Amino acid sequence: MPSYVLQEKCDGCKGGDKTACMYICPNDLMVLEPNEMKAYNQEPDQCWECFSCVKICPTQAIEVRGYSDFVPLGSSIMPMLGTEDVMWTCKFRNGLIKRFKFPIRTTPEGAANAYPELKGKDLDSELLSTEEADGMTLKVPTELA
Amino acid sequence: MALPNKPKGELKAVRDPEVVEKEVDILIVGGGMAACGTAFEIKKWASDDTKILLCDKASMDRSGAVAQGLSAINTYIGDNSPEDYVRMVRNDLMGIVREDLIFDLGNHVDDSVHLFEEWGLPIWKKTDDGKNLDGKKGLKQGSLKSGAAPVRTGKWQIMINGESYKRIVAEAAKLALGEDNILERVFIVELLLDANKENQIAGAVGISVRENKVYIIKCKTMMVACGGAVNIYQPRSVGEGKGRAWYPVWNAGSTYTMCMKVGAELSMMENRFTPARFKDGYGPVGAWFLLFKAKTLNGLGEPYASSDAAAAELEKYAPYGTAAITPTCLRNHLMLFEMKEGRGPITMDTVTALAELGKTMSKKELKHLESEAWEDFLDMTCGQANLWCATNTEPEKKTSEIMPTEPYLLGSHSGCCGLWTSGPDFDWVPESYKIKAANGKIYNRMTTVDGLFTAGDGVGCSGHKFSSGSHAEGRMTAKCMVRYCRDNADFTPVLAQSNQELVDMVYKPVHVYLDNCDLTTAADINPNYLKPDGMAMRLMKATHEYGAGTATFYQTSSKSLEVIMDLLQTMREDCEKLAAGDLHELMRCWEILHRIWTVEAHLRHIQFRKETRYPGFYYQSDYPGQDDENWFCFVNSKYDPKAKTWDIKKQDYIKIISD
Repeated sequence: MPSYVLQEKCDGCKGGDKTACMYICPNDLMVLEPNEMKAYNQEPDQCWECFSCVKICPTQAIEVRGYSDFVPLGSSIMPMLGTEDVMWTCKFRNGLIKRFKFPIRTTPEGAANAYPELKGKDLDSELLSTEEADGMTLKVPTELA
Repeated sequence: MALPNKPKGELKAVRDPEVVEKEVDILIVGGGMAACGTAFEIKKWASDDTKILLCDKASMDRSGAVAQGLSAINTYIGDNSPEDYVRMVRNDLMGIVREDLIFDLGNHVDDSVHLFEEWGLPIWKKTDDGKNLDGKKGLKQGSLKSGAAPVRTGKWQIMINGESYKRIVAEAAKLALGEDNILERVFIVELLLDANKENQIAGAVGISVRENKVYIIKCKTMMVACGGAVNIYQPRSVGEGKGRAWYPVWNAGSTYTMCMKVGAELSMMENRFTPARFKDGYGPVGAWFLLFKAKTLNGLGEPYASSDAAAAELEKYAPYGTAAITPTCLRNHLMLFEMKEGRGPITMDTVTALAELGKTMSKKELKHLESEAWEDFLDMTCGQANLWCATNTEPEKKTSEIMPTEPYLLGSHSGCCGLWTSGPDFDWVPESYKIKAANGKIYNRMTTVDGLFTAGDGVGCSGHKFSSGSHAEGRMTAKCMVRYCRDNADFTPVLAQSNQELVDMVYKPVHVYLDNCDLTTAADINPNYLKPDGMAMRLMKATHEYGAGTATFYQTSSKSLEVIMDLLQTMREDCEKLAAGDLHELMRCWEILHRIWTVEAHLRHIQFRKETRYPGFYYQSDYPGQDDENWFCFVNSKYDPKAKTWDIKKQDYIKIISD
């Protein structure tokens, strides 16, 4: 299901410090055409349909069309990514529409605890830093062959 | 006429890229779950003056196998024992696994899951009266670490709302390591040995896929975790749909190839994974089997997997086939049998499953169940959801076909190919599972090359780590690398090659292109070079036809293997003429090189192992069935970078955990 970019909506992220879709695509597919200042998918048959570009696009300029070799036309699925949830609109070929909302994270963005102050004590043990801090003991196999 | 001869991509490659030299203590290659684990853990142990660098081919927020998200964490030990974890993995992988690595991982994996939850990953919870709560509503139950019960679909899996799983894990990794120590869009393509010290890693060379820059990085120790290998066999969809690989399409076998080319020993490269998934969209089936209790039917509507014939077939592969949980390869084997007998197609009976569940549920609960079924796809395989929409498939009204996919190589999911690594230095770990570095010390997860570590898909013989286990394993390597640096403080890496030699090697496809592109009127058709997409198709055609691809129902033979070895030889010769007009194509050139080497290792191992250990994943027609007497062992191989020869051998399996 290759992503495609809507001519009218894409502004090449000219207001931002980077082109969002180009920044995020895990397979280096989205590129900016610098003269027109519009992005496009340069290798649609290598698109994993991960929707990373769709979710990150600040102008909702990116959608997807099902792979031509097995997906009939006429359907669509579109995510709206919030800070706590994602909302999906799934449109069937026959017109049926289903909407779903799922949580995506339970903490504010940027708030993941990276334990910046934690320093391990015994470099020669096999305990990980947080395991050592918790006083964990590593199990030894007891049900031996 | 297609003049002028303009490279397709927007970022044109130039003949003389800028050279960026870096010297660090520790280099992390990759940005997926394993590398994020290393990035999170490493500064907890390293001194403040330790120089650390991470290079990711993509952007960490959405790189690796979890880029799209996941709907479950498949390894959480919880109330189970690490011994039982070993037994499960051993049975699924037909008996031959590294029990030391698996037990060791079982000790650490839950700590990573607890961190994910603390960082904000929503994890489903069970209420006291047995109801399921999603990750947000479930917060009131408390955390897993504080004793709350997860929603188990199987003995080992727990359900999550995992759309942003990778973004959350990457956030913690980046905060811990510091943005200044991370290079995104830098694709490491070759590892480099030390000029003076035998068998010692000393650095790596890579390209930026955004600027004309070559990175030459020296290091004392390194962790390589760039995933498995995808698009190495012709996929069932050969048009636009070939991007819809089950595993991430950007996994190019880089882990295996880069490590083997500096002489690191590989193990069990004959193992592969050909998952049975919803046809074409490759959506997950696990929740349908485990959560919704759906059955698979053959074309006659028979539940073939529970037939007497199936039981008799599984009996042939006892004790694995007769265990409570049928190994993944044997489930495929039964499915292929139906298909070959003309009793296809195979369908997942979603209709009956949901109707059965509906009998004991309220309307509201049923609505919630439907939403869970869709989320299973939308969290990790969005395209499958669209395929359902496009084919007007409501799972409660219409069943869906399932199909075994093209083969994949990996070490973290239900497969176990990869590098031969050291187990931990514990008394209970057999000596033959420990790799001694030049200083006589043992470093957990170090390969047979001094200072070179791997994790996740890179570690062979220990599948079923999945996302959580890969993260934990990455953390384990972090500590060992810091220890390696401390123990080898006086080592200064020296590269054997000059900067110019390295640039000429890495930018060769660009030079080939620029030297020849003016000959013809169309840039892609030229007698003096090949574009990487053409070489990719050549590789996939060869594996498809001779290397036990879908064309032959995963069968190969000694003769077919001989044929494909010749084809691989000419492919490697022709790769000298790969051409790249832009930076994206240059990345693709190196990816196809990595894929070809990885496939060669895979097929050399299949050629060496004279039995069919994994029926359903592949069949060696000249040696059908399992031969425990001769082949109940690992197969290890080593490529000698100096002599350019392969050495392949049997390696003893040692049983540690009782039945």
